[in-house]
Amino acid sequence: MKYLGYITAHLWRHKRRTFLTVSSIAIALFLFCTLRTVMTSFDAALRASADTRLVVRHAASLVFPLPLSYRDRLAQIDGITGVSYGNWFGGVYQDPKNNFAQFAVEVPTFVKLFPEVEMPPDQVSAFQAERTSCIVGATLAAKYGWKLGDVVPIQGTIYPGEYRFTVRGIYKGKTADVDENTLYFHWDYLNEAMPAVRKDWVGIYWLEIPNGDMAADVSGRVDALYANSSQPTKTETEKAFQASFISMMGNVSLLMTILGSAILFAILLVTINTMMMAARERSTEIAVLKTIGFSDGLVLRLVGAEAILVSVTGGTLGCVAAWLIFQRVDFTAGGMFPNFTVMPQTVGLGIVIAIAMGLVSGLVPALQAGRLRIATALRKVA
Amino acid sequence: MAGIPLVYSLRNLAVRRTSTTLTALGIGAVAWVFIFTLALAGGFEAALRTTGSPKNAIVVRSGAASELMSIVSREGASSIMAQPEIARAADGSPFAASELVVIWNLERNSGSTTNVIVRGVSPHSLALREKAKLHAGRMFRPGLNEIVVGKLVSERFKQCALDDKIKLAGREWSVVGILDAAGSAYDSEVWGDVELFMPVFDRPVFQNVTLRLDDPTHFEALKKRLEADPRYSLQVRREDEFYAAQSGMMATFLRGLGLFVTTIMALGAVFGALNTMYASVASRTKEIGTLLALGFSRGAVMTSVLVESVALCLVGGAIGCLLALPVRSFTTGTMSFATFSELAFRFDVTPMMMVSGLVFAALMGLVGGFFPARRAAMMPITEAVRQA
Amino acid sequence: MKPNESASPPEALIRLRDVHKIYRRDKIEIPVLTGLSMEVKAGEFLALMGPSGSGKSTLLNLIAGIDTPSRGEVWVAGASLGALKPDRLAAWRARNVGFIFQLYNLIPVLTAYQNVELPLLLTRLNGAERKKRVRLALELVGLQDRDRHFPYQLSGGQEQRIAIARAIVGDPTLLVADEPTGDLDAKNAEEILTLLQRLNQEMGKTIVMVTHDPHAAERAHATLHLEKGVLREQEGASR
Repeated sequence: MKYLGYITAHLWRHKRRTFLTVSSIAIALFLFCTLRTVMTSFDAALRASADTRLVVRHAASLVFPLPLSYRDRLAQIDGITGVSYGNWFGGVYQDPKNNFAQFAVEVPTFVKLFPEVEMPPDQVSAFQAERTSCIVGATLAAKYGWKLGDVVPIQGTIYPGEYRFTVRGIYKGKTADVDENTLYFHWDYLNEAMPAVRKDWVGIYWLEIPNGDMAADVSGRVDALYANSSQPTKTETEKAFQASFISMMGNVSLLMTILGSAILFAILLVTINTMMMAARERSTEIAVLKTIGFSDGLVLRLVGAEAILVSVTGGTLGCVAAWLIFQRVDFTAGGMFPNFTVMPQTVGLGIVIAIAMGLVSGLVPALQAGRLRIATALRKVA
Repeated sequence: MAGIPLVYSLRNLAVRRTSTTLTALGIGAVAWVFIFTLALAGGFEAALRTTGSPKNAIVVRSGAASELMSIVSREGASSIMAQPEIARAADGSPFAASELVVIWNLERNSGSTTNVIVRGVSPHSLALREKAKLHAGRMFRPGLNEIVVGKLVSERFKQCALDDKIKLAGREWSVVGILDAAGSAYDSEVWGDVELFMPVFDRPVFQNVTLRLDDPTHFEALKKRLEADPRYSLQVRREDEFYAAQSGMMATFLRGLGLFVTTIMALGAVFGALNTMYASVASRTKEIGTLLALGFSRGAVMTSVLVESVALCLVGGAIGCLLALPVRSFTTGTMSFATFSELAFRFDVTPMMMVSGLVFAALMGLVGGFFPARRAAMMPITEAVRQA
Repeated sequence: MKPNESASPPEALIRLRDVHKIYRRDKIEIPVLTGLSMEVKAGEFLALMGPSGSGKSTLLNLIAGIDTPSRGEVWVAGASLGALKPDRLAAWRARNVGFIFQLYNLIPVLTAYQNVELPLLLTRLNGAERKKRVRLALELVGLQDRDRHFPYQLSGGQEQRIAIARAIVGDPTLLVADEPTGDLDAKNAEEILTLLQRLNQEMGKTIVMVTHDPHAAERAHATLHLEKGVLREQEGASR
């Protein structure tokens, strides 16, 4: 592109202005990517959940448990190939600020039903063999510096008392979407520690089904079975379960959208101003270009291209910076976003927005430049 | 040392009308976001902060950070009711209430579902909560399948308007009244008769006993006696502190988010302000040179440019404040981690927040104007005057 | 003097017929040119003189195709300029006219080389060809060693010579100059005039130059005097 030299010449000569404009756009897009990732990190939990797993919980609410006796009955239902169960522990490690999830799970079936939780075989067997052991996600282990064999004390809140678990496995997710911020330990260990009235109660059951198409049918039959019992159930796919969990967070996405739009709007205004100032200083020059024979359309495109170049440079910098930074920095906001990773789609969308910002901010100056009358502009100076 | 008149700075802004407007609007949007995030965190905290009253005490199981984690047995509740520090109601009974708290999944108007606190209450419960008033309809009659719902529940959930019927725990309940709890957490709750709720929800125990102290200074004595009783393992907290403490994690997150977003965004806007002010100074090189030649000090020139920049950003800040006013009518809901249920709240735009917004804008003006102002002040007179 | 060898038979390169130019400002009509007719033959070096406000710059702009007449016809290099759409007119300017300004009007952010190259960007020439032409033009004005300098690093005379290189690099038939020596000292002015004269004589460029300096006008073949929008008289060449 032979005009590139002309377009970049202005940017080079006004280095400070270019730097400031590019930076402010980079900042806007950095924030955009961050806020957008808040939204997509919720979706990651959805993507990580299989539709060949069903979740059974108490129909009223997650806080009501189901009897352990449901296990054997569930296993007999047609179309169910595996049953596992677990309880949300909700304990505290050292300080309430250290927020991560702990689950008491029935280990032999858990390992079978959750193949995306990957560990070396020897760690799997070590975890299975020891009643007081636990496994932790790789991110979590790195965060607190836990190694195999370390003892992790967790103070119960729902379940009173302190529990000490020995780390026997450090798992990794099969895909990037799998949460690596959870501690899993033996359900039996927790159950034994309970007083008689609280023994043999299960938070949720996980059911394995051969394929997702059977989900509605199987769920319907499970719920029908317990409809008139004192502990009715609600069964849904893990995806649907996650989705309802996310919706409990309220309209986070609306909030993020409002904030994101306000940010882009603010920076857009400021950028439009800069572009207009830059073009205004240049009216003589544009008249000269036209005298030389540059057509109105070409001048319009040149001025517009400069705005887009600035905007795209800034946008790319901001998006890539967000991508790099959140790869390294642990931004889980106290466990709220176990998987805070900037998606390639977010970067792509950010750059598209940057192009749009360039188009909008370059529009007025480009139109003005295109319409500029040579004789009028030159008379001002002469 | 003579100062350059304020009018001079303001006139410069008026002359560059388009540029001033665009920059001011940009700064205004930043101020708006600043106030918006403050109002968000503030509204959430205010909902929980105003829920409790300093005149009341709440008794829960020791170690329970929220009512959900608490258990108070019937015997425990009777023993609490017998404490001498409890004020007396008009009929001479202890001014206290034993309550049941469960969470229940309700369907929002939008179709999604979320947990809502369902509270089984005693005859004194409403009177104990001074902020809560019956807004419409009447109180439920004990023993009947009747409930009253908080105002925000009524607005946000299906089948929760007055005279609607809703299914909870396998029974159908009539909504006979709407509570207005002045924006506190009770606005997000469903209330019914505790003695009916206990069998219906299959709960043999209470979650809390809330009581009015006959004298707020007697709190320590009550606390000491009840917490020392080995039979029940109870914890006594002032009601206002108990609820305020629940805002912890979510409020920290909201504040953190707000701080993060506004700080970085302000940096971007300051860059824009710098560009504007540099251009303003550059286009007036000759004028500034003349001012210096006339004998105005460099300090006066610098102040004048700074004043211009601050005024520009204050205009923006004022726009941001004005646009933040309608935000007060927004209601949103988010999950309270302490109770695992939705807490709806209004954005809380206080005059203090608006002043903070203005100060924030002025600060952006100072930072964005400093370097251009210094540049103007350091201009070599001879060159400046000669410039075209 | 030699007639122009490269151009067509010595018929008029520029022909104006009954040209009016009226500016409007706040509903007030300001007539600048009132029924002007003239002809300039190819290969001519014409000076336009007249007091300020006489319309000489307007006339120059009409000839260069950067302004259009309110009434009447302007024929230059075979085209009726009033009839051309703006884009066609721009293309016509790129091919036929080199413009030289009083204040040089180099693009401040571009180097001397890049400034001279500008008109060639509008052609289909490739990079290597453009480079050859730019070098040639810079050589012609004697500033081949200043190609990497920015305008602010050059003296006024040098700037004007770069501006002339820019005007001729596209090999236009017509050069128009608006007070090309107006901002220069006597010595530099002499050099610029000599350069213009050379371009006229050696390369056969037709030149129309507005000036208020009689010494500059002396270098031309002929001088036209404008007064209040009409031509006063026509003088023969001075040498």
